[in-house]
Amino acid sequence: MQGLGCTGFKSVTPDLSYKEIMFEAATRAYEDAGVNPRRDIDCFITCAEDYWEGFSIFDEFVPDQIGAVLKHLFTVTADGLYGLATAYMLIRTGHFDTIAVEAHSKASDILTFEDIVAFAIDPIYNRPLGGHPYYIAGLEMTRYLHETGNTREECAQVVAKNKKNALRNPYAGHGAQVTVDDVLCSEPLFYPLNRLDVSPLSDGCVVVVLASERVAGKFTDTPIWIKGVGWNSDTPRLETRDWGRAVYTELAADMAYKMAGIRTPLDEIDVAEIDDMFSYKELQNLEALRFCGPGEAGRLTEEGITDRDGSLPVNTSGGLLGVGYSLEASGLQKLVEVVLQLRGEAGPRQIPNAETGLAQVWRGIPTTSGAVAILSNSA
Amino acid sequence: MYEMFAKKRVAVIGAGMTLFRRNLKETGKELAYEATKMALDSSGLTLDDIDCVTLGTAPDAFDGIHMKGENLLDGAGGWRKPYSRVFVGGGTGVFTAESGWWHVASGLFDTCLVVAEEKMSSCFPHPQYAFTTIFDPMMDRPLGINLVWIFALEMHRYMHVHGIKKEKIALVSVKNKGNALDHPCAQLPEKITVEDVLNSEVMVWPVQRLDISPTSDGAAALVLASEEVAKKITDDPVWIDGVGWCIDSTYWTNRDLYYPKYVECAADMAYKMAGIRNPRKELDVVEAYDPFDYKELHHIEGLRLCRKGEAPKITEEGVTQRDGDLPVNPSGGLLGVGNPIAAAGLMKVCEIFWQLRGEAGKRQVPGDPRTGLAQAWGDLMQYGSVIVMRS
Repeated sequence: MQGLGCTGFKSVTPDLSYKEIMFEAATRAYEDAGVNPRRDIDCFITCAEDYWEGFSIFDEFVPDQIGAVLKHLFTVTADGLYGLATAYMLIRTGHFDTIAVEAHSKASDILTFEDIVAFAIDPIYNRPLGGHPYYIAGLEMTRYLHETGNTREECAQVVAKNKKNALRNPYAGHGAQVTVDDVLCSEPLFYPLNRLDVSPLSDGCVVVVLASERVAGKFTDTPIWIKGVGWNSDTPRLETRDWGRAVYTELAADMAYKMAGIRTPLDEIDVAEIDDMFSYKELQNLEALRFCGPGEAGRLTEEGITDRDGSLPVNTSGGLLGVGYSLEASGLQKLVEVVLQLRGEAGPRQIPNAETGLAQVWRGIPTTSGAVAILSNSA
Repeated sequence: MYEMFAKKRVAVIGAGMTLFRRNLKETGKELAYEATKMALDSSGLTLDDIDCVTLGTAPDAFDGIHMKGENLLDGAGGWRKPYSRVFVGGGTGVFTAESGWWHVASGLFDTCLVVAEEKMSSCFPHPQYAFTTIFDPMMDRPLGINLVWIFALEMHRYMHVHGIKKEKIALVSVKNKGNALDHPCAQLPEKITVEDVLNSEVMVWPVQRLDISPTSDGAAALVLASEEVAKKITDDPVWIDGVGWCIDSTYWTNRDLYYPKYVECAADMAYKMAGIRNPRKELDVVEAYDPFDYKELHHIEGLRLCRKGEAPKITEEGVTQRDGDLPVNPSGGLLGVGNPIAAAGLMKVCEIFWQLRGEAGKRQVPGDPRTGLAQAWGDLMQYGSVIVMRS
């Protein structure tokens, strides 16, 4: 990882188009990495889904603003961490030395977010049921809490922690001082989820530049190394999925841990950015990532272990609850935080002596897909 | 970049495809399953042997399903596997095979299933309506623009710059629809004449009904394996030796449309990786993207198989016939076999696989072809994807 550029995340960006936020993040990333995109970058990857963008074939609208005209660019229709994994594979083939990965959100342009998400629901079996599709998260949360014994209060604790962390992150758009009671008393939305349990939407863009080991020294003295990547999917069917567990996170983590040689994640990982699109997801994913056994993530949170000054700081950036859910850029937003922590550039939220970090993301309702990346500041 | 220090060679060991038809009863998932099953069966592997899956499918707007890749996951065999989707418009089919290549060439996986699916008939009353949303909402959409219009502009420009007559271009349609007579999955195999093309209904001048490929439903699939695994399974692997892709500017109104520079750039990347210096001499069989008849000519030139403006001449001379010196689209191409966007591109890669294995049946090009190329084109007349394979 040679460099990164981030616009920051906020709930609206009326002054800039999607092309302009991409240009801004790309320009910052190339400056940070010390590269000239027209000369030094072999391949560009953009991560986007047509329906978020309001286009068919969004790929068309990418090259000019990130410097990829008449160069090698393509779209991965998934979260930015999938783009990172793809770039990792391309570099490993030996045919590519430098790759830029882009992901962005212009969620504020979406007038009917609920309806767009509903278009992802199976059109024959499930879409006719109607309703805001986030009811699926409510169902999953109910099942998860029932199976593990974690509590509603522990989920609220996640919200309080993450929104508080976000106050120290200039990139975060939704930082706040809230208490467990504030969360429990906020407006019920999708039982048992209340308004503060649900990540608000954010706009923003991230571009990262990766390089092969061969050329890594050419551009920077302090690269961050990708030690492992993993991604996986459970079934898209609501009827047959495992509602209590995040099986996809378990399998993606297995792949990434194996690649990185990690056996005991709790001891070996210093800082983690974990998907928290809904409050319970952080707990569910903590368990799926094997930081603790099933039903123990709530206790971990209550005891402050996942606080910024705990032994396993989780979502120091503020997570999606504090920074905002930024569609396909969510994974890269998490990656940015891990890289800043490993570089020692996280400012007032810096974790001392962080050497190994993990970023994990889920593709959201109604999918059962997700990705994991493990990074380190030592080769 | 592209130095040959990559250790991993990637083999194609199985291929499959469904019928291509205007309106198939199967759902997208079922189409993906059928092609996948056929590809797996032909390779002798089962889904349990597959390490990862990569999917290609074109706009979500056809099916009206957001995150279409996630929806197709179980049909394409992606359940509890590393699974992802790539998307480069019309170039997706060939590009999906290229994405399979890097999954294996990276050394992360030994086997990869490559699946491309398209179900255009879900879009009512016609898939053309979905294509109206590929244009910039501020600059282009207010014109009420349609996909056939902009290709008519491009065709016109190509004809104008080189002084090409429609009669010469129509030969491509005659050839490809004729070749498709030997393809068991083909949607529009037909014995037609140049006269038929010139007398068919004018869509947008100079594009006429028989200049265009149909809209279709269908799926195609490949099984890829690392060299180590491939050698255990088959005596007859086909190697992916070069991959290339390139995108041009979004602003197509600012480009000269007479020549597909992006195809040349993609081809150069693939040729360099495959060590090909003289493509015209070294390639034995080519599947060039032919959603319109003039596009085959355009792409033959972009692939540097002849000089600019000379593709109509070599077509007239019969060089690109199935028994010619450089057979182009022996499958019947999109004009003959059909055009379920992503699946059509992967069908071309399947065809090269079958041709290089000598398994193309009545479509087999003579002379034991050893090196083949498949190419697709996409986005707003701006994307090229190219794959070079050897037996």
